[in-house]
Amino acid sequence: MYIKVEGLTKSFGSFQAVKGVSFEIQDGKLVGFLGPSGGGKTTILRMLAGLEFPDDGEILFDDVRVNDLPPQKRNIGFVFQNYALFRHMSVFDNIAFGLTVQKRKKEEIRRRVEHLIELTGLQGLERRLPHQLSGGQRQRVAFARALAPEPKLLLLDEPFAAIDAKVRKELRIWLRDMIRQVGVTTVFVTHDQEEAVEIADDILIMSQGKIEQHGSPLAIYREPATPFVASFIGEIIELSDASSLTGFEDMGQSGKAYVRPEFIEAGDEHEISDRNAAERGIVKAVYFRGRSWQIDVQVGRNRITVYRSLEQRTWKVNDEVLVLIHRIYRFDRNRCEVVENGMKSLVRV
Amino acid sequence: MRPRHLDESPIFRWVFISIALLFLAFVLVMPLAAVLTQAFAKGIEVYWRSISEKDALSAIRLTLITAAIVVPLNSLFGVAAAWAITKFRFKGRNLLITFIDLPFAVSPVISGLIFVLLFGAQGWLGPWLQANDLKIIYAVPGIVLATLFVTFPFVARELIPIMQQQGREEEEAAAAMGAGGWRIFWKITLPNVKWGLLYGMILCNARAMGEFGAVSVVSGHIRGQTNTIPLHVEILYNEYQFTASFAVASLLVMLALLTLVIQSMMEWKHRLQSANEFKEGGADVH
Repeated sequence: MYIKVEGLTKSFGSFQAVKGVSFEIQDGKLVGFLGPSGGGKTTILRMLAGLEFPDDGEILFDDVRVNDLPPQKRNIGFVFQNYALFRHMSVFDNIAFGLTVQKRKKEEIRRRVEHLIELTGLQGLERRLPHQLSGGQRQRVAFARALAPEPKLLLLDEPFAAIDAKVRKELRIWLRDMIRQVGVTTVFVTHDQEEAVEIADDILIMSQGKIEQHGSPLAIYREPATPFVASFIGEIIELSDASSLTGFEDMGQSGKAYVRPEFIEAGDEHEISDRNAAERGIVKAVYFRGRSWQIDVQVGRNRITVYRSLEQRTWKVNDEVLVLIHRIYRFDRNRCEVVENGMKSLVRV
Repeated sequence: MRPRHLDESPIFRWVFISIALLFLAFVLVMPLAAVLTQAFAKGIEVYWRSISEKDALSAIRLTLITAAIVVPLNSLFGVAAAWAITKFRFKGRNLLITFIDLPFAVSPVISGLIFVLLFGAQGWLGPWLQANDLKIIYAVPGIVLATLFVTFPFVARELIPIMQQQGREEEEAAAAMGAGGWRIFWKITLPNVKWGLLYGMILCNARAMGEFGAVSVVSGHIRGQTNTIPLHVEILYNEYQFTASFAVASLLVMLALLTLVIQSMMEWKHRLQSANEFKEGGADVH
């Protein structure tokens, strides 16, 4: 289903949850709303479902205005954060509910439910009640239940929030593959950037009721529109004096400069790929981060963070090291510019 | 068993346990035992005669009729009120919550008096009722009305916390799957609260059968006509027919014991279920 939203606005009392949001979602896409809690993501999802009605703006499904349609008439599937399984119904009856509502034939219902149970790997649990299932199993029941009536649009509200961190990763991949297989247009909400990057075709980054950026995960990572986006997809470090760094002399003073740790190469003399473009720095702090060292290095007036493999020589505070910065983001009045290291390109050709 | 250094000294423990048990024995067990021994003091034959005598039977019948009218009506009201309060935000919601508790706050005698002031011969509607030959006060309708008033919080009070805790998501999920309001209510909302509803109805029934104050004001104590079980007990007692009085009273005691048994059965069932939820919901294995 092709979705178009224009100028969507919603307030709860004096709190403006969604402030004039517009976006489009192409048919068959898997789209993630990403942002901190309280940013208005869930409110948009609930408005798409018809569980909340917008104060202003338009929601179009396949070019038909659905603003005033109740959820029953929108042809959607909704998976709630806590799944909202019908607690007094078995797994089978939960999945069959939407089909019973559609008054399908008993035999057809049985076949479709059995198909979904197989698809979601819930065989043998048909007679269980929701409270007899693990978190992961509950999520799959909720997913099968939402898919059973063959919705045109699937909406997922923080689908992994209630699941163990360990199981979560596994389920993420499972869910993505499942949605691709079914081919239904899907919108999900999350505050976990890793989750959004891994699952979504497209990401909409939301903050304080507004969309900050809309694009593919890679495009957003490469060219973040705002410092907020840059800090949400990936990690950034603010530089206090970027134009003093080798290779960035022409940058000028206007705006703010940021760098990602993965744009920085740090090492001893023989480890650096391009010594001409590198800079000398002093190690200020060393932390163990589980699989690598996190090291704070002072370079002129800039304090930057780099990661160093445990296989390399272990650095101590006050060691002198080389730092090569490949590129810097400069944000000037919310416009982003990617500045490459000038010295580096001179030598490399 | 808690570690010793965290525990109170044994003396304190025994003192407090003894106080609790003695108190219970003194104000609960002893009176209950007294009722039953008094009831059977002159043998089972006298007991049987006391409760099968004409006026006693009439009182039992009136009590049963009252409960049969009041419990369904208050269940209906309780479900409607709890549903409205927990699933919707509307103007007057807080007012409704406050008013549901009103019968708990008002003395039952006053509750009875309200109806006398409304429907009595000197009341607001009295002249009109008399002109149309309708009797409410000192008749069965008055008793039903007073009982209705006194017992209406029970079902709602029982359901509101349950429904509040369950939230609206299951209903929303059903709506997203195309279910209409009526189906959602019968297939989702009601089955989810069935145990709470049953318990509320049992409490409501116990109080409806046992209510004295409000009913006493509107009944008029006409033997064989407007006496309920509690009123009949009082009359017998005032006439020094102690054995008969206690025999009839024992019926109410048995009702109370039955209510307790059903309540603990339901709590046991509920605890079993939430224990399961805790046990199986906590683990994330599959």
